[in-house]
Amino acid sequence: MILQSIWFFLWGLLWALFFMTDGFDFGIGTLYPFLGKTEEEKRIIINTMGPLWDGNEVWLITAGGVTFAAFPLVYSTMFSSFYTALMLILFTLILRGVSFEFRGKVEDPRWKRIWDYCIFVGSFAPALLFGVAFANIFRGIPIDKTGLFRGNLFTLLNPYGLLGGVLFVALFLVHGALWLAAKTEGDLHDRAVRTASILWPVELAVVVIFLAASAAATDLWANYLRYPALMLVILLAVAGLLGIRIFISRKQFWAAWGSSALAIVCATFFGIIGLFPKMFPSSIRDDYSLTAFNASSSPLTLKIMLIVVLIFIPIVLAYQIWAYKLFSAKVTGESLYDDEAY
Amino acid sequence: MDVVFLSRLQFAATTMFHFLFVPLTLGLSVILAVMETRYVQTGDELYLRMTKFWGKLFLINFALGVVTGITLEFQFGTNWSRYSAYVGDIFGSLLAIEASVAFFLESTFIGIWIFGWKKLSKKAHAVVAWLIAAGGNISALWILLANGWMQHPVGYTMRDGRAELTDFSAVVFNKFAILEFLHTVPAGLLLAAFFVMGISAYHLLRRQHIEFFTRSFRLALIFGLITSIWVAVEGDSHAVHVAETQPAKLAAMEAHWESTRMAPIVLLAIPDEKNERNMIEIGKLPGLLSFLGYHDFNARVVGLKDIPADQRPPVTLTFIAFRTMVGLGTLFILLTITGWLLRNKLLENPWYLRLMLWSIPLPYLAIEMGWMLAEVGRQPWIVYGLLKTSDAASPVASGQVAGSLAAFVLVYSLLGAAGFYLIARNAARGPEEQSAGNGQPA
Repeated sequence: MILQSIWFFLWGLLWALFFMTDGFDFGIGTLYPFLGKTEEEKRIIINTMGPLWDGNEVWLITAGGVTFAAFPLVYSTMFSSFYTALMLILFTLILRGVSFEFRGKVEDPRWKRIWDYCIFVGSFAPALLFGVAFANIFRGIPIDKTGLFRGNLFTLLNPYGLLGGVLFVALFLVHGALWLAAKTEGDLHDRAVRTASILWPVELAVVVIFLAASAAATDLWANYLRYPALMLVILLAVAGLLGIRIFISRKQFWAAWGSSALAIVCATFFGIIGLFPKMFPSSIRDDYSLTAFNASSSPLTLKIMLIVVLIFIPIVLAYQIWAYKLFSAKVTGESLYDDEAY
Repeated sequence: MDVVFLSRLQFAATTMFHFLFVPLTLGLSVILAVMETRYVQTGDELYLRMTKFWGKLFLINFALGVVTGITLEFQFGTNWSRYSAYVGDIFGSLLAIEASVAFFLESTFIGIWIFGWKKLSKKAHAVVAWLIAAGGNISALWILLANGWMQHPVGYTMRDGRAELTDFSAVVFNKFAILEFLHTVPAGLLLAAFFVMGISAYHLLRRQHIEFFTRSFRLALIFGLITSIWVAVEGDSHAVHVAETQPAKLAAMEAHWESTRMAPIVLLAIPDEKNERNMIEIGKLPGLLSFLGYHDFNARVVGLKDIPADQRPPVTLTFIAFRTMVGLGTLFILLTITGWLLRNKLLENPWYLRLMLWSIPLPYLAIEMGWMLAEVGRQPWIVYGLLKTSDAASPVASGQVAGSLAAFVLVYSLLGAAGFYLIARNAARGPEEQSAGNGQPA
């Protein structure tokens, strides 16, 4: 029981880290066609995440791999139930990944326009779809006793699911705008700050609506009513959101980005804690739900994986933090003349 | 069409496409690290230019390898959910370890390598190149441990209809997987060596950047020579292990129907699976199959007829795949030995350079055939002897799989074309005269 519970929260942590890191890439990619007015600005925008996006995306691979390893039944049921949605995420992520590398390799506006479009779709669509997918998990999925999914892509596009999509897009847009604000100067910087300031009230409103809608559409609040101390995570998320506004006013954009990161991690954990111990709740009958206790691997696998993760995730975090520090300087027009830049 | 068939087609197509890029990533990362290390040791700018030129081609290829790799991890869940539920305990953990131990390393440091030329010291930057090479090849180890377990499951027990892990070290030291790893790593280096030699030959034939490409060619030649021999020698011990663990695969790859001692190898044949015989057999070498499988001319080799029909792999495909791989492998040894003899007079032997230019696709073909042998030859099992492929697919609608398959064909064709165009274009353009990055507009 304890081992499975630990794994449940590690599982949540990996998703939270994925949303925190690749989330700003998704936000930037979505804002990219609107904020980049000139070719130079476009390249600056891409290069603000250039050295980091690939490492960020591995949190997704790891979250997926850990779901497979620690909760095989959740992995197999979730991935086959969400077949079409996941294929859409996959294709759009593929397009985003090659775009960064391919875009600058041919000096032709038409060639570049193709990849500009791919960057936008490959950032916006995964953000939206991950939101839709997670909101549906919070809400419950029509799976029967054997774990068979009784629905299709449109089952997922219910109002609460779509609200989850909007929530993720809003969180990531502000997250990305703040990253740009911290990493650029001049007109682009001003535009990024303005975007963050305009989107912030929207983000706040969507968060409040989502929390309220969760009370109506899901059982997420049950754990909080049972253990009110858990509401600390909601308070931290709100503190993060308010911090964004405060630090924008003080022109401390790294701190504002950090607040946004806190908000995203805590928002993810709001859902994860609310779910516990369920991982893939059934909307048909409660006892068809997959939980950390009925869908996990053997204790031996969980133990070995725990050792691996406890050793390697801190190492990964250490070198990723080092990489973030190494590339914390602002990206300027001059830095684009390095032939290695995207 | 049924879900199993469509899912198999999709997995085969996406894996084979993915593996067009993986071997070059594995091999060229090592060659790049060597080039950059030589630059740090000697201070010779030519090595720096080599690192940057080959690095550019490496990165285009790397991007395609990374994005197509995610597809595979997703597909175990989307298309093979019954398999995933069955083996998650073991197979899933190996994938998760791969991501946290190796893939993070490779993906994080690739960004640092691309953007870090001015931020890191020369030495630190070369260390980063080695970390990328290590990350990629350690990734391969864990992926092959996962595949090795499908080929030859060990260290598990069956409980509630699922394979549960009982002995982690048996899984990690699975001989089948280790042999696959020792075959895949040199195969990647071999492919990368032929890639470098082929493109160098293109420029040497045009008599341009002669010093640059002569040095590139000779460096790659060393890797090519060593690995072409290594792959063949290692492949031999691999065959012995296959004989021991997967008799059906051994029989199918040789289209060997009757159980006999002194089992022969047939150089060419047309297997007739319906009538359980070979239609035409050319060049029968008695005893050689016994020797291949058991290192003993007199050993008894089980024929396909003694394996129940529903446990035989598709014979023709397995047979052709094995022959193509071995034939090409032999050719690689001849080509690299010839190269060694001509290494100081490459320019005087345009015929050889032309041969090497046209040989670029051959290691790709050999490697794809090797995987065809490994995977098709394992059928009808998805986990050898435990779970059949036909029982492993997801309970999804065939329309969904048909739709995603069509999308893969479309998207991958376009990506493949774009990637090939970019690599060919940059390869043909040749290196920059001066290493850029010194404030001049690119």
